[in-house]
Amino acid sequence: MRAWHPAALVGLAALVALPFVVPVYFLHMLIQILLWGFIYTAWSLMGRFGFVSLGHGAFMGIGAYVPALLWNYEGVTPWLSIPLSMLLSALLALVIGYPCFRLKVVGHYFALVTLALGQVVMLTIVAARDITGGSLGMTQKLAGHSWYALQFPEKGYFYGVALVVWLGGLATWRWLDRGVGREALQAISEDEEAAAAVGIDVMREKLRVTVVSAVLTALGGALYVQYLMYLNPETVSGIGVSLQIVFAAIAGGMYTPLGPTVGALLTIALTEGLRVWFGISFVGAANTIYGILLVLFIIFMPRGILGLFETLRARRARAAAVAAQ
Amino acid sequence: MDIYLLEAVVNGLLLGGVLALLALGLNLIFGVIDVVWIAYADLVMCGMYGVYWLHAYFGWPLALACVAAIVGVALLGLLVHLLIIAPVLGSAPINQLLATGGLLYFLQSFATLLFGTDFRNIGVRLPVIELGGIFISYARLIAFAAALLGATALYLFLKRSYLGTAIRAISQDREVMGLMGVDQRRIYLITSAIGGALAGLAACLLALQYDVHPFIGNTFGPLTFMICVLGGLGNMLGGFIAAFIISQIIAIGGYYSSTELSYVLAFTLFIVLMIARPRGILAR
Repeated sequence: MRAWHPAALVGLAALVALPFVVPVYFLHMLIQILLWGFIYTAWSLMGRFGFVSLGHGAFMGIGAYVPALLWNYEGVTPWLSIPLSMLLSALLALVIGYPCFRLKVVGHYFALVTLALGQVVMLTIVAARDITGGSLGMTQKLAGHSWYALQFPEKGYFYGVALVVWLGGLATWRWLDRGVGREALQAISEDEEAAAAVGIDVMREKLRVTVVSAVLTALGGALYVQYLMYLNPETVSGIGVSLQIVFAAIAGGMYTPLGPTVGALLTIALTEGLRVWFGISFVGAANTIYGILLVLFIIFMPRGILGLFETLRARRARAAAVAAQ
Repeated sequence: MDIYLLEAVVNGLLLGGVLALLALGLNLIFGVIDVVWIAYADLVMCGMYGVYWLHAYFGWPLALACVAAIVGVALLGLLVHLLIIAPVLGSAPINQLLATGGLLYFLQSFATLLFGTDFRNIGVRLPVIELGGIFISYARLIAFAAALLGATALYLFLKRSYLGTAIRAISQDREVMGLMGVDQRRIYLITSAIGGALAGLAACLLALQYDVHPFIGNTFGPLTFMICVLGGLGNMLGGFIAAFIISQIIAIGGYYSSTELSYVLAFTLFIVLMIARPRGILAR
């Protein structure tokens, strides 16, 4: 286990100092990068072991809608309802994960089951249009600046929340990697029977990573709509958002802790850049380019950008080792 | 029996025909090339736009526009195979799935970019016929008949022609067929084109009933996978039967509650069946 790297400390200090120096527009982008980076990190926690979920929108949807509905209709503070939504996500992950893993629903079968799961949650939200507003979406009741309602008109506060949560995501990654957890999951993703034969509790390891991923995704979804103050079934749990999660995580590199965040940085910078460049008349330009990039990434560099750097570094290290001999 | 329920059942049956056609195309590609085209329904969207532009905008006769759309989507199928599938044929199945996921993203966004999010109708008004108190739209009847014809043509082609036999043989054992002198690459290309053509045909039939918009693939895409998986991926007969089961669930569910809830029911059933019978309803 490495001690705190000086570069990490400098980076952290810079992240803490940023809200005091950058204009509001950039702060808005930074918050989005941190929150999406957190969600992508959550997805990668399981994605990197080959459990590719195309339905993380399901967990985002629960995280987004449960607190918003409880706040609007019952006045329940998000401090209670967000943990509740995380609990519900954990339950859903167990209900889907356990039978899938028990009966060996893997690979693209698992992907299709999760795809259907995302659709179930999305369509349920639409169907409950009497309270959720259906496809038109809904807004939370305004409470001004309030810790109780977790609403902050001033972006600096939300930046702090996003930063803490994002760091928590990275810490979770490290926590899962500590001990034998990572090796166990690596072994499972390579050869499940062999892993079981050497005494790894396959089911426990798989469920653990799935539940953690679902819970964090729900938290990310909750904070994202808490920040935007607007919810829409399509944007929090449609196929589009589920695929966006997969794409960004892959583009950034889902095998390294910072990879998913790089994916968030890349996609949000791309969206904003294209928006500024083309103006809003080109709705869809950014997503068109995402689509092409996703195909190219899968074909040419499935380990993502950071993964590519790591491969290069490993190659250089090996070359240096050969030269030293 | 309630006359409205009967009407829902009949309409479900008619929708089932088109869904069966889509499932056949996807199943053919899966069975032969062993790849799930997650963007299959978005090829249908492209075909629908083709029919819309050629017929409603450029004023081509509907039949000609449909033929052009079928040929166009068949070519698109070829391109998808050449540009996206062929480079990842050796990768993990999940990467192949994700590559076509990228295509889905691309097609939907590109369509938004080109045409905006407006709902467009080809403007063909077909009569509604009354049959013993039930109202059936003529468009759906045509769609059902054409879908069945398409399915029969595919069946005869696969069973009777030399090429069809080679395609079926490849889906059974791709290593040995290479040794027998079947050009795998060529078979894959032909299969992709046929899969595309089926999507094109479905596009023509759906354009008669629904408005086209960039995200219409999301309405039919997940349903189509569900049907294929329920029938057992690659199992044509299973897919055909599953199409009618699913369309009935949606039609009858929609009659008793709302459309969304009937879809929720269908997807939930899919998840349960997927876990309980992962090789499909007809699996032994």
